[in-house]
Amino acid sequence: MTSPFAIRFLEATPRKGQAALAGFAALVLLLAVLHLFTPPGSPLHVSGYVITVGGKIMCYAIVAVAMDLIWGYAGILSLGHGVFFALGGYAFGMYLMRAIGHDGVYQSALPDFMVFLDWKQLPWYWVGSEHLAWALLLVLVVPALLALVFGYFAFRSRIKGVYFSIITQAMTYAFMLLFFRNETGFGGNNGFTDFKRIAGYGITTPDMRVTLFALSAAALAATLLLGRYLVTSKFGRVLTAIRDAEARTMFIGYNPLWYKLFVWTLSAMLCAIAGALYVPQVGIINPSEMSPANSIEIAIWVAVGGRGTLIGPVLGAFLVNLAKSWFTVAFPDYWLFFLALLFIGVTLFLPEGMMGLWRRLRGRIAA
Amino acid sequence: MRLLKILLPLLVLLLVRIAPALAALDPAVLQPLAADDYDAKVAVVGKLVDIGGPDALRVLRALSDDALAVAGGKIVVIDGERVFDAATGIEIKPAPEDSDGITINNYVRRKLGDALARLRLFAPERATRLAAARDLLDHVNADMAPLLNRALASETDPQIKELLALADAQASLKNPDAAIRLAAVKTLAQSSDPSVVHLLAALQDPKTEPDERVRLEAGASLKAVKSRLAFADNVGRVFSGLSLASILLLAAMGLAITYGVMGVINMAHGELLMVGAYSAYATQTLFARFFPGAIDAYLAAAVPIAFFAAAAVGMAMERTVIRWLYGRPLETLLATWGLSLFLIQSARVIFGAQNVEVSNPRWMSGGIQLFTDVTLPWNRIVIIGFSLFVLLLVWVLMSRTRLGMFVRAVTQNRAMAGCVGVPTGRIDTLAFGLGAGIAGLGGVALSQLSNVGPDMGQGYIVDSFMVVVLGGVGQLAGAAWAALGLGVASKFLEGWLGAVIAKILVLAFIIVFIQKRPQGLFALKGRFVES
Repeated sequence: MTSPFAIRFLEATPRKGQAALAGFAALVLLLAVLHLFTPPGSPLHVSGYVITVGGKIMCYAIVAVAMDLIWGYAGILSLGHGVFFALGGYAFGMYLMRAIGHDGVYQSALPDFMVFLDWKQLPWYWVGSEHLAWALLLVLVVPALLALVFGYFAFRSRIKGVYFSIITQAMTYAFMLLFFRNETGFGGNNGFTDFKRIAGYGITTPDMRVTLFALSAAALAATLLLGRYLVTSKFGRVLTAIRDAEARTMFIGYNPLWYKLFVWTLSAMLCAIAGALYVPQVGIINPSEMSPANSIEIAIWVAVGGRGTLIGPVLGAFLVNLAKSWFTVAFPDYWLFFLALLFIGVTLFLPEGMMGLWRRLRGRIAA
Repeated sequence: MRLLKILLPLLVLLLVRIAPALAALDPAVLQPLAADDYDAKVAVVGKLVDIGGPDALRVLRALSDDALAVAGGKIVVIDGERVFDAATGIEIKPAPEDSDGITINNYVRRKLGDALARLRLFAPERATRLAAARDLLDHVNADMAPLLNRALASETDPQIKELLALADAQASLKNPDAAIRLAAVKTLAQSSDPSVVHLLAALQDPKTEPDERVRLEAGASLKAVKSRLAFADNVGRVFSGLSLASILLLAAMGLAITYGVMGVINMAHGELLMVGAYSAYATQTLFARFFPGAIDAYLAAAVPIAFFAAAAVGMAMERTVIRWLYGRPLETLLATWGLSLFLIQSARVIFGAQNVEVSNPRWMSGGIQLFTDVTLPWNRIVIIGFSLFVLLLVWVLMSRTRLGMFVRAVTQNRAMAGCVGVPTGRIDTLAFGLGAGIAGLGGVALSQLSNVGPDMGQGYIVDSFMVVVLGGVGQLAGAAWAALGLGVASKFLEGWLGAVIAKILVLAFIIVFIQKRPQGLFALKGRFVES
């Protein structure tokens, strides 16, 4: 047990998992190379669309894993994770807006929407947002603080189950209303868009696209490694114990508050990182990201993949979002029906998601 | 000439007053209308107003309708093929060959609008005079004083008289006679018009008001008007709070029953409201098609239709989905969310994505005007009454019937209720149907207040859950008090801080509240084991 932390951290992931991650890294590398170094006409060329959608879905997958840490391992269903995702996106979006500089429609140092509102100077919470490092700090700190305060009060009074779920939904709804207001200072219902550059590099260049894609992949891999380390540690065991029998765990002498609060805050920070990676790739952030429907969709990614597993949510996020991309183009009227059936069908017939189905099938084959 | 200019209208006025039978205008008064000078035309309009009477009104209306013309040196009114002398109103036969229309610009038109409004003060119909008095009160200025005095003298209706007195008082504030000003300021103490506040506040400044008695009186009147306005404001807020509470109550009562019995949150509860609202819309459409004569009665038919439609949807949901998720509340949350998506999209496919309009029956439109700024609309009053009626009905059902007893038994202890022979499965379905049906009734109420659309129910689930949590699960009285408190509190907060901040504060309050009393305001007494 004296081996360095980094080793223990990596060793928490089993061989098979490490192999899968290596395969994943190879695939990401291959896509990036094919996008950058093949001419657009060639049959091997990977279009920018694929890279962007891939990057976007990897951000969703990070959110799904974060959701799974709190729901699958601690038994707390949050219907407000969209807030943390969007707050991360807004925090980074502030930097992106400032990086537009004088190239906006009004050619002012202020973001366009502020000129439009006839504001003469930046509000205090925008101070420093022109520095990339400060923006990255905000991405981590703001959602974490919100999660910490909200979680402390909620878990201290042992609000749980549906109570907690509904309250988180109310929270995201309140935030959505708040961000819809122009006076809040985040662009009202248009949010932030028309980004130009990050750290001086153009945001729509293939290089930048591949960089963001690779960063998203790296963040996803890191999230999975961290998740594995957490759930196999003693901390993870206690967490699972709290999920299964909170009262008993308390009587043994553990205070569930700190365990829940830690994993809840961590989950919020992971969402925020995903949001910060997501915004430059899709080029827009607006308050509709905080709508209750978006947050509850995260839960269905996790449920489809399989709660309480780490790879399941990633699969779920990929499958549901690919289906969404396809459905909304091919049968736009039926996407909601499909989503509805997914919600009902998975909860009724696949309580353990696809990973559970896979386990059952494998068990039957082995028998 | 100048003397003549002043005397002539007076003379004509005298004529009109003495001998209405001879009602005719002096053609000389009208003559400047023929010129191209707009100021002259405005002057004529002013004179006509001072003259008053039906003839002046007739000419002004014609001018406003672009029906005045000059023919053979005379001002005439052209009505299709026929031509009348503007001054006398007598038809000119044979009609002149050619005429030259009199044009007016926007400046004249504005003055004309004012003038018509003033003349309407003397119309024979009470409603017209009342409306005119209200209009005038909105923009009184000093030169209206003579007009208002005359109107006051001839007015008999007490309500119009009161309005006119207020208008007159406002117009007299600039009167050089301090005694008149003093009286005016005293009269204004009775006003409940927000604009009076500025007028009175200006009078407290020694620069605008030299007389000290008037200044003091203005201060006293200002206090009276302000306190009346604050009172009116509060009455308005309490009323809109009551109105919100009635909707919350209708939405939450059903949820209180289903949550109480089965311990699951039905995320599709808002969509059951939507089902009820669309039932009202469908009923209205059917009535318009088949019984257009009885269209005002459609609401009476819509209430049971909505109840049973929503109850049927609710029972189907319970039988097909919710029952199979017993003991897994979080999954139920997700599955019912799926159901709500399904219902929303179905409504979109069946009725279209656009909002549809359900109109109030005639007997529900209009309202009671309490103060200048506060009107209590009938539809809201009816809905408050309706929600109380539903509350009473549900209370009777829950406390006086066998079904109600079973529902309460299952809410309190499912296992024990099952042991003594309560058919818990059937009670679940029935309770769910009842809760859904009440939501359907809430939908009918909502359809009378706002547009009906596929996602109208989405905002209600959180609010009604808050009501249920605040009131204590399965407690009707708790739900009623919680709805009342939340409704009135959020309206007052909205008035002070804006809707968004109010929403956030209410949410924060509930989070704090749950810390202190997790069982709600009206907790069931007894021992509980944490599941």
